[in-house]
Amino acid sequence: MGTNKQRSRFIDWVNGDTPEKIHEYSYVKKTIPSHTEQAHEEVITPKKARLFDIGYRITAVAVCLVVVSVLLYTVFNLPLFGSPNNPASNEVVERYVEKGLEETGAVNAVAGMILDYRAFDTFGESSVLFIAVGCVMMLLLRDKNNISAEEDALAEKERIIEKEVKDPILQKIVLVVTPCIFMFGIYVVLNGHLSPGGGFSGGAIMGAGLILFAASFGTNSVQRIFNMKTFRGITTIALMCYALSKAYSFFTGANGLETGIPLGIPGAILSSGLILVLDICVGLIVACTMYGFYSLFVRGEI
Amino acid sequence: MSDFLQTVVTFRFEIAAVILFGIGFMNLLLQKNLIRKIISFNIMDSSIFLFLASQGFIDGRVAPIIVNGVTDASNYINPIPTGLVLTGIVVSVSVSAFFLALVHRLYKKYGTVEFDEIIMLAKKEAE
Amino acid sequence: MEIIFEFLLIISLIICAVFALTSKRLLAATVIYMAYSLIMTIIWALLQSPDLAITEAAVGAGVTGILFAVTLKKIHALKGTKDE
Repeated sequence: MGTNKQRSRFIDWVNGDTPEKIHEYSYVKKTIPSHTEQAHEEVITPKKARLFDIGYRITAVAVCLVVVSVLLYTVFNLPLFGSPNNPASNEVVERYVEKGLEETGAVNAVAGMILDYRAFDTFGESSVLFIAVGCVMMLLLRDKNNISAEEDALAEKERIIEKEVKDPILQKIVLVVTPCIFMFGIYVVLNGHLSPGGGFSGGAIMGAGLILFAASFGTNSVQRIFNMKTFRGITTIALMCYALSKAYSFFTGANGLETGIPLGIPGAILSSGLILVLDICVGLIVACTMYGFYSLFVRGEI
Repeated sequence: MSDFLQTVVTFRFEIAAVILFGIGFMNLLLQKNLIRKIISFNIMDSSIFLFLASQGFIDGRVAPIIVNGVTDASNYINPIPTGLVLTGIVVSVSVSAFFLALVHRLYKKYGTVEFDEIIMLAKKEAE
Repeated sequence: MEIIFEFLLIISLIICAVFALTSKRLLAATVIYMAYSLIMTIIWALLQSPDLAITEAAVGAGVTGILFAVTLKKIHALKGTKDE
């Protein structure tokens, strides 16, 4: 830390690679202006292109203004903001709030709604996250179909920099802060049915803590405990667990029949039946997803 | 005039949501840079969430977390928009991550993130 | 009094949205977008939706900003940060 060579290497890393390394791209970039000036057999002359551009801009602004004015007109004719006779607050809301405590056992009506009455919807949302990670993996994962020597060299360089450049202040602070973030995330997940929060927010907090750790100590140090295998295992097991427990609940008591799962005392941490289990599943999926995005973006692998 | 002002004050959140939607939509159409397009898409997303959540708000009532066993529905706001938006926020971040991954691949192929240049290069490649 | 505070928040929200899309450097746009998300967090809290406030603070201001920043590094858009 401190020598000039390391410093310049670090600056290179921050600025991305030096341009001569990516000669292919710079070659492509150089050809752009000549291509526009040439205007070969295609009829798109610069003048025509500019006319199209101006027309496009004017049309876009006009469309936006029309949309905004129509929406504003609609807004002024909506039922009053904040009035209790709003048509949105109908008998469904009354049912969710008044019967929610005894039917689901959740003190937080939002958690009771999204994880009990509408749990199937939340299952779809968790699957969306899973599929999103799958798509990002398809695009960015570095496997035998998506590999080049330049990138390998770049990744090797970054790995060396990761090892050499250590920031003591950042690392000491992260060592103190990360356990607190994780503790808060776990608290938010486990208290999803009692207080604001739940699987989505707690999972995002845990994922952010993992990202912070990975950003300061390098993704290698996280990879020792959290790699592709654990990622796959945790997400699939959490999704399966969600699906199975909700399927059981649908099978036995979706209409308020006996489920055999005790609801417990409202307000206790072990209460409200399946909501706690589902919260934990969702939290694990979200945390894995967030870290998976980061890791795939940074290195192309988890 | 005072009537109009009164209406604006009443519908402040809805009007803000519509204005943000307009800003996001206009920039989505006009910006050339793909990263800016994604940011404006995110702004459109959150404006819609703001509109939904403001529809569920009721003056003088508190968040639907039951305290002291009071289960009367006239004490709490509408929990349904909150539940919908909660899942929507998390889906929006995964959508923008997918967009960013696409941008990354486009940069790897064409060496730029400007929309016009990408289209030009793609046309040239197709010839 | 509360209405004035809400109007301040709404106006700064719109200002942030405009500046996030008109700023020259992409990194500045990302940072302003994160500020936009934080203002949104306070608005969620005012609208009596604490669940949304927690989620937006963790997701909108945290994870999305990080993903944008990492992408900016990957597409070599951080040239302005050169240390000389």
